[in-house]
Amino acid sequence: MCDNPSPYNPYQQLDRYIDGLPYKKENLIAILHHAQQLFGYLPDKVQRHIAAKLDIPSAKVYGVVSFYSFFTMKPRGKHVVNVCMGTACFVRGAEKLQQEIEKQLGIKTGQTTEDGHFSLDSLRCIGACGLAPVMMVDGKVYGRLIHPEDIKQILDEYREPALKEGTST
Amino acid sequence: MKLKTRDDLNNLKAQHQVLLQNRRSAQPISVSEAQGKPRQVMVCGGTGCHASNSPQIVEALKAELQRRGLAEQINVLQTGCFGFCEKGPILEVHPDNVLYLEVSPKDVPELVEEHFIQGKPLERLLYQDPNTEERIASDLPFYHSQMRIALRNCSLISPEDILEYIAVDGYQALAKVLFAMTPESVIDVIKQSGLRGRGGGGFPTGVKWELTHNNEANNRYIICNADEGDPGAFMDRSILEGDPHSVLEAMLIAGHTIGASHGFIYIRAEYPLAIHRLEIAIKQAKQYGLLGKNILSSDFCFDIEIKYGAGAFVCGEETALIHSIEGTRGEPSVKPPFPAQQGLWGKPTCVNNVETLANIPPIILKGGDWFAGIGTEKSKGTKVFALAGKVNNVGLVEVPMGTTLRQIIFDIGGGIKHHKTFKAAQTGGPSGGCIPTKFLDTPIDYESLIAIGSMMGSGGLIVMDESDCMVNIAKFYLEFTVDESCGRCTACRVGTKRLHEILTKITEGKGTLDDLDQLEKLGKTIKDSSLCGLGQSAPNPILSTIEYFRDEYLAHIVDKTCPAGVCKSLLRYDITDKCKGCTLCAKNCPAGCITGSPKEPHIIDQERCLKCGACLEKCRFDAIIRH
Repeated sequence: MCDNPSPYNPYQQLDRYIDGLPYKKENLIAILHHAQQLFGYLPDKVQRHIAAKLDIPSAKVYGVVSFYSFFTMKPRGKHVVNVCMGTACFVRGAEKLQQEIEKQLGIKTGQTTEDGHFSLDSLRCIGACGLAPVMMVDGKVYGRLIHPEDIKQILDEYREPALKEGTST
Repeated sequence: MKLKTRDDLNNLKAQHQVLLQNRRSAQPISVSEAQGKPRQVMVCGGTGCHASNSPQIVEALKAELQRRGLAEQINVLQTGCFGFCEKGPILEVHPDNVLYLEVSPKDVPELVEEHFIQGKPLERLLYQDPNTEERIASDLPFYHSQMRIALRNCSLISPEDILEYIAVDGYQALAKVLFAMTPESVIDVIKQSGLRGRGGGGFPTGVKWELTHNNEANNRYIICNADEGDPGAFMDRSILEGDPHSVLEAMLIAGHTIGASHGFIYIRAEYPLAIHRLEIAIKQAKQYGLLGKNILSSDFCFDIEIKYGAGAFVCGEETALIHSIEGTRGEPSVKPPFPAQQGLWGKPTCVNNVETLANIPPIILKGGDWFAGIGTEKSKGTKVFALAGKVNNVGLVEVPMGTTLRQIIFDIGGGIKHHKTFKAAQTGGPSGGCIPTKFLDTPIDYESLIAIGSMMGSGGLIVMDESDCMVNIAKFYLEFTVDESCGRCTACRVGTKRLHEILTKITEGKGTLDDLDQLEKLGKTIKDSSLCGLGQSAPNPILSTIEYFRDEYLAHIVDKTCPAGVCKSLLRYDITDKCKGCTLCAKNCPAGCITGSPKEPHIIDQERCLKCGACLEKCRFDAIIRH
């Protein structure tokens, strides 16, 4: 990635966002949320950029990034699959669901597929306990996931057409 | 349109009250009588129903009504949570008050034809009583023992329209506080009501307001704690999604009372729908002059800002939350000083939970005595519980304090799923404990739950049956606290990790009786020496399960078995002589450890068995046993 100024340069977009805030250091978490939206994740370089911009030590930025589970320092897949590990889902078989997805995607929770297409994570309760066990793909909630075939069907919706089983390339 | 006076607000209410007249009247008219009259269809837009396509139902309804030429006469609105999440998506038709359950977008044409054209309810989508098989159109048994105060407007009004809120007495309590009460008299009313913090602590709200009010300062803050991190609790989210204005109104009242001109709502970033509705509500309140400068021409100015959490459970603790708003790591600090003395940016700060706030406007309007008349001696009013787990009617229920677990789980919740046996109810999330059968008839309030080794917490209520292993559940919660411990104090950071290791050892069949003593001793030490509520309550799931389900721990440690059949390392699968040699198990075994000739009984190689249970699931002859 080059750092030349262009309307699409995410660093410039981030700077514009920060400049528009009434106060800066107190808004570090909001700034990090915004940066993660722009970059997809929060690598060292972005953290240092924010630290310099706010005139605070980069250790402080790192401290905040590493504290909150919402922030990630690793690139995520194109589609993020989150399995709900809240108690209601847990007692209704979330562990099995997690294992099934791990099997179907061939990765462990916290990892990203080699082609960068899927990331798998877990989260705590999204409040759809009536549909337990549930998972969320890119913010869309899917519930009552008991049968491996249903899970496969949902994941297939997010695969590139060529990668779907039974589709000729 | 900016409301300039209290009269403006009253006029607006009078104008729009007609909207509400037909909703949930005590004497609903029949479907045929409602024919030709203006009607409203309220479709649940809560998280659960949203996930099962309720927005598509709204679209389909609008399109179908348009096609049938009924769009003028029948209005379709999206509301907040109805509470009966098990049967979602739900929709209700007014003024005939018919409730339809488990509706899917493809039911819409038939529903419109039957209900709105033919004038009779569509029977197959009505609630069916599991015992009598009778179809019930309104006044469902699920709601019989409930009393909705905090959830009063959820499912009754559209959360995205301030006029609907104003029509149900919205912002009237604010007007009363601004023009007919002093801050001191507001504090008296709240103290008199006996309202206590609904986020878990149970601290008297009136006292909190008074302390913040009495501390000398040039500035004070009010914070709404919407960082609902307790896994399995979703009442705060539902209130924000279903009735955001009631929280804004309560924050205005609190702000005026304690002398704050700025409020913050600290909300989880994982709640996009709640954030969206709050943003709409704040924008509308500003448009109508109910937020901003000189509200209703009084000298009171107030603004509300949303602050996003970033996924840290400990931020539900008020000092940690304050640090997070300040843009730093959300670590708790030692109290005192309490936030009421030195909170956000060193100023006196009052932190109230969403559900607590939702109770404020009705208390102001109906009086402290009214609220104090509900509930038990020390716990007043109602409590919202997120009923989930192995219960038939999963959902959001609001009951008076002092209701028993049996009433909640069996009367409202409809009993245990698949006719299994009740084993325990878990309240208070990772800070609470498991309550066994013998306490089913204990009236629930703050004190009684603590007395039986659990706590109210934010109101998550997870029901467990015979197939849940209590040791594994304790391990689940400890995994959570280990993950969420912020690391500030050693007792919690290291202690919870040790507890988790011992539990893992026990579930793997490597535990000893010394481990059990160690769990208890360590657990009590962590409770005594942790800095904040997270650590002080983290051992509760272990201590309560050891107290009430000691035999399960002993089974794991001494007999090396898991009675519920959950802990994999302690399980063994065997093929009995019922085996017909169909080979299905061998074909499905991922480890390839089942051998045998066709039509002959098969054998599992125990050394290589992964204990995945695939064979048991596939066997059509019940020939495989797990023990």
